Amino acid sequence: MSDVVEKTLTALPSLLSLDSQPGSAKLSSTSKLGNLIRGITELTSKHEEEKLIQCELSSIKEQVSSPNTTMMKELMVRTIYCEMLGYEASFSYIHAIKLAQQGSVLEKRVGYLAVSLFLNESHELLLLLVNTVLKDLQSTNLIEVCMALTVVSQMFPKDMIPAILPLVEEKLNHPKEIIRRKAVLALYKFYLIAPNQVQHIHNKFRKALCDKDPGVMTASLHIYLQMIQENPEGYKDLTASFVTILKQVVGGKLPMDFNYHSVPAPWLQIQLLRILSLLGKNDQSTSEIMHEVLDESLRRAEMNHNITYAILYECVKCVYTIHPKSELLEKAAKCIGNFVLSPKINLKYLGLKALTYVVQQDPKLALQHQMTIIECLDHPDLIIKRETLELLFRITNAQNVTVIVEKMLEFLRISKDDHTTIDLVGKVAELAEKYPSNHYTYAPDNEWFIETMNTVFSVGGDMMQPDIPNSFLKLLSEGFDSVEEDRKLRLFAVNSYISLLRGEPGKLPQRFLQVISWVLGEYSHLRADLEPALVLRLLAKLLDMKNCSSETKSWVLTAMTKLCEGGSGVSVAQQVSETYGSSLDTVLRQRAQELQHLSQDSELRARVLPRGAGLDRSLTYCHNLVQVDSSLSFLDGFVSEALAAGAAPYKPPHQRQEELAGTKALSLEPYGLSLPISMSSCITDRQSPTLLSMSSGLSATLKLDGVKRVWGREGYLSQKEPVEEPAQVEVPSPLRSPSQQGEADSFHSQTPSLTPTPESDQEKQQLASSLFVGLGSQSSVCLMGKSEPTTQRFRRKAKGHSTASSTSEQVSNSVISPPSTVDNLLCNNLLDSNITSELAVSSPQLTSRLSQGLAATNGTCDTDTELPESDRKESKPAVIRDSYVVAADPAPHEDPDRPKDLALSSHLPAELSELSHSEITHLCTNQNLELSVCHVQKEDSLLLIVFISNSSDSAVQQILVCLFSGVLFGEEAFTCWCDVVGIVSLLISRVCCRPLTVSTEEYGTMWLAFSHDTKQNLTLISDGQEPLTATLNVLKRRLQLHVVEIIGMEGIVACRLLQDQPCLMHCRVHAGTLAVWLRSPIPDLPDCLIYHCQRALQGH
Amino acid sequence: MIQFVLMVNRQGQTRLSRYYQSVALNRRAALEADVVRCCLSRKKDQCSFVEYKDFKLVYRQYAALYIVVGVTDSENELSIYELVHNFVEVLDKYFSRIMFNLDRVHVILDEMIQNGHIVETNKSRILAPLSAIDKMADS
Repeated sequence: MSDVVEKTLTALPSLLSLDSQPGSAKLSSTSKLGNLIRGITELTSKHEEEKLIQCELSSIKEQVSSPNTTMMKELMVRTIYCEMLGYEASFSYIHAIKLAQQGSVLEKRVGYLAVSLFLNESHELLLLLVNTVLKDLQSTNLIEVCMALTVVSQMFPKDMIPAILPLVEEKLNHPKEIIRRKAVLALYKFYLIAPNQVQHIHNKFRKALCDKDPGVMTASLHIYLQMIQENPEGYKDLTASFVTILKQVVGGKLPMDFNYHSVPAPWLQIQLLRILSLLGKNDQSTSEIMHEVLDESLRRAEMNHNITYAILYECVKCVYTIHPKSELLEKAAKCIGNFVLSPKINLKYLGLKALTYVVQQDPKLALQHQMTIIECLDHPDLIIKRETLELLFRITNAQNVTVIVEKMLEFLRISKDDHTTIDLVGKVAELAEKYPSNHYTYAPDNEWFIETMNTVFSVGGDMMQPDIPNSFLKLLSEGFDSVEEDRKLRLFAVNSYISLLRGEPGKLPQRFLQVISWVLGEYSHLRADLEPALVLRLLAKLLDMKNCSSETKSWVLTAMTKLCEGGSGVSVAQQVSETYGSSLDTVLRQRAQELQHLSQDSELRARVLPRGAGLDRSLTYCHNLVQVDSSLSFLDGFVSEALAAGAAPYKPPHQRQEELAGTKALSLEPYGLSLPISMSSCITDRQSPTLLSMSSGLSATLKLDGVKRVWGREGYLSQKEPVEEPAQVEVPSPLRSPSQQGEADSFHSQTPSLTPTPESDQEKQQLASSLFVGLGSQSSVCLMGKSEPTTQRFRRKAKGHSTASSTSEQVSNSVISPPSTVDNLLCNNLLDSNITSELAVSSPQLTSRLSQGLAATNGTCDTDTELPESDRKESKPAVIRDSYVVAADPAPHEDPDRPKDLALSSHLPAELSELSHSEITHLCTNQNLELSVCHVQKEDSLLLIVFISNSSDSAVQQILVCLFSGVLFGEEAFTCWCDVVGIVSLLISRVCCRPLTVSTEEYGTMWLAFSHDTKQNLTLISDGQEPLTATLNVLKRRLQLHVVEIIGMEGIVACRLLQDQPCLMHCRVHAGTLAVWLRSPIPDLPDCLIYHCQRALQGH
Repeated sequence: MIQFVLMVNRQGQTRLSRYYQSVALNRRAALEADVVRCCLSRKKDQCSFVEYKDFKLVYRQYAALYIVVGVTDSENELSIYELVHNFVEVLDKYFSRIMFNLDRVHVILDEMIQNGHIVETNKSRILAPLSAIDKMADS
């Protein structure tokens, strides 16, 4: 910044008389506001201030109510000032509205200003403003129009939008740019608060975008940014326009007054870059359109000014968000380098922020800047340190987790800010649980895990998220790979807690004490030399502490109940139960009673609290004893009464959302949510089909979300541990090869460090090598925090499974898959396709998607199902329950001369060879494996056959196949999968839907029996025929529904999902729409079908 | 997104506040005091961006006056930092003629930021409506 400007600016505060410094002498002595401000500044206590302001307010109140006030504006400004200081002046609100209504231009402006400051959007007085706004919008005075539009774009009652909308729309054609611009901003406000109200004027937004005035165009970008955020697919066609605009701005085509410090419209550039990155995300062809202008932006922004760096930052983010282009990435990386190396602290901060964003795409970039990152880690400014930790968190892997967690804990110990503490504690806990112990790397171990968690609990205290102790206990109770390891871990925890309790337990937070009590209650028996009585005494000591909350006390009492045995133990227990048996707190009293009874009856205690059952006990308890009517059918009577009384039928959240979003673009959100079903839970479910409906229902009522289903009626449901055979599947080992180590070393030798004293330099290099270990290899990609949120956080015990799993390495903790692209792709292709035949999707389409999905995963095969291996020659197809998916493995050595298709089809299982199958499509290949796929339509299912052929010389020992349903196989397979796992998805495909032939009587009985229902209005179709028949025919043709009967204006329809799982539909023509009511025994099936009905009718 | 704009003096007294997210009146004073404490405690050579609860503060000091802007994490801090300067330049341009007025600063701010978004940065256009009002009032 130039010195001249700096000088004027330092003079500014006195100029503005914002201060009580000598400059305030300039303040007009007649100004009452000035007097007030001066008065307040001179006061010394809050109490005096309050007195003064109350006094001021009552004097204002008196004056405003007198009929002939001429000082209204001045009074209003003083009221604004008082309110700003936090003293409510609600008496003035109505006067503010009056002032806006009646005053002269300046008074009017102050009136509007006061209204926008005093009232919030939902304030009822705002309705009184509507008339004033209406009048001003019609005024011939442009200033008044302008003011009205300004206030409308700040706040306006939602319900009154229709009253002024035509006037605002009219202003879009106004000759003055300022009016057009403000009208666009007002429409933007409408879009924010009531998007459906402005749906019909989308073409006018486009017109505004093309306005000859850059200001109007800029205003329209706000609307577009918002709309594109919600639905990027809908505005791809505008990419070229945005690119052209940016090109012109960057090229300096705007008038000079748009420049800021000789940079053309910087904030406009930033806005455009944000829009472009939304459009280009996961979309190669769209991204290609913008490559050139991004290159130009990166090149142009060479001027050494903050604002150009702000643009560069946005540009770099954009380059890394859209479909990558290596040339641009290189330039962007160089930019980030300049940022982080800059001596200017604000730039360094921004560089770190950019780096944090970028390493999620390309972890190697962190390597290039490792020395700088190390410097930043020791930076005196905590903000820089914090940002660096954020960056490190993103590049954590199994090898550097110890160092990174140590750094985070270091920060936690000095941090004073609660919010930071909560956030960081959560992150440390997440990392510790993600890599609790990994014996195949330089890994953190049990002790590390327990000690880290101890620090987390001590530092995080009672502020931290409650799920941290919960998941810690769950982890401890469910254990890891081997029984022995579990025992060691628990024993270590017990030892550690005993010594903590012997120290100063009074200093420990309540949550930590609760964790300690639970662990000691469950596992202190693991330590043979530990007398239960001793533990009991330690626990009893906690009860006597002053700061011990009653919640903690009840945890302690429960733990004591588990431990009370033997002579001295019982006496301690008796003593305690006597004390708390008369407690005022009912929970404590109950616990004390339990303790008393169970300590006397050891047999009963062994039955109620079996040793070693851990958390599972409570789950088993739920499963076995509690019968839950998940369909809430007992409420049916209540619901029908309410409906009869005119209540609106229940709509599930996603449907409401859809309706809000309007008819044009159906929100695809819910599907995104329903997709991530962790693979392991699929396995669990598959093995316990009887549990399916029950457990899925339970999760809705008992809040077992996040609790994995590991217990069924039959007991523990064993889970398969992913097994990895590095020879076959191309996933690099997470261990760092020597060459990569070398690469990393060469990186930091190149990076200049700022103050290189030999020792500290060496220290830092050491730190660097421990922090950035594992980043060079591809494996780190898998270990980055890019995994889907539902990805299992830690390994679970593989009970009942071969020991092979315990020696296996878990490699693909997370899977890189860009679900959004593929999802979008799938949804769009599929839902918009107008194929009416039964085969909704032809094989090439399906397979092309498959290959896209595979390509997206970089050919990484993820682990899920373990196919029978060892003897490949027999190549038995592994049929996954109900033969929904068949995997056949052909013999390893294919004759290269034989036509592939023929060769593969000969491997089709015998029972399928009769049926016609689609063309076998080759998906992908590497030197070891080839993947092909085809599908077979059966009456009751759609089979997807995956051929995996070994093209290497060596015999295959083991092979793992992971089917990523949502991502890879699209709708059809997904439904099958969901069917398999028992969670009926929101998606039901035409392929899987079959007509259900029932009579009207049967229909009647079934109708009453089904409990899950949905109601919705659908659009009627009339193409010459009677609308009801026409509509039902379309549904019949599209979705293969069976029309049971049509009586007058009503019709009944039935269908089923594959073999069973019926869904019934009752339709009635009402007020020009088709009111449908669906019922099914399967939760979500009605919703899902209604969705497809909507699509089918819409596409018609 | 911008959540609020504050102007405070070195004594921590609020001179102007504008919220773009509704914050209850009785919570504002505490929030402002907290925010000011955050910014005042920082040295000149430290970063102008501070973490505060779940959002960030961007602050800039002009002699005894601090301008603090609360933004969400997704915002580009440096661009906001420069926006503050732009705002001050606009004030400078306008008030070189006229005495300070709480209402006029608000009017200027309203032209620049609406609903937490930057809507105008062109200095002459920001001042156009206000100048028109002044002209009307003069005549």
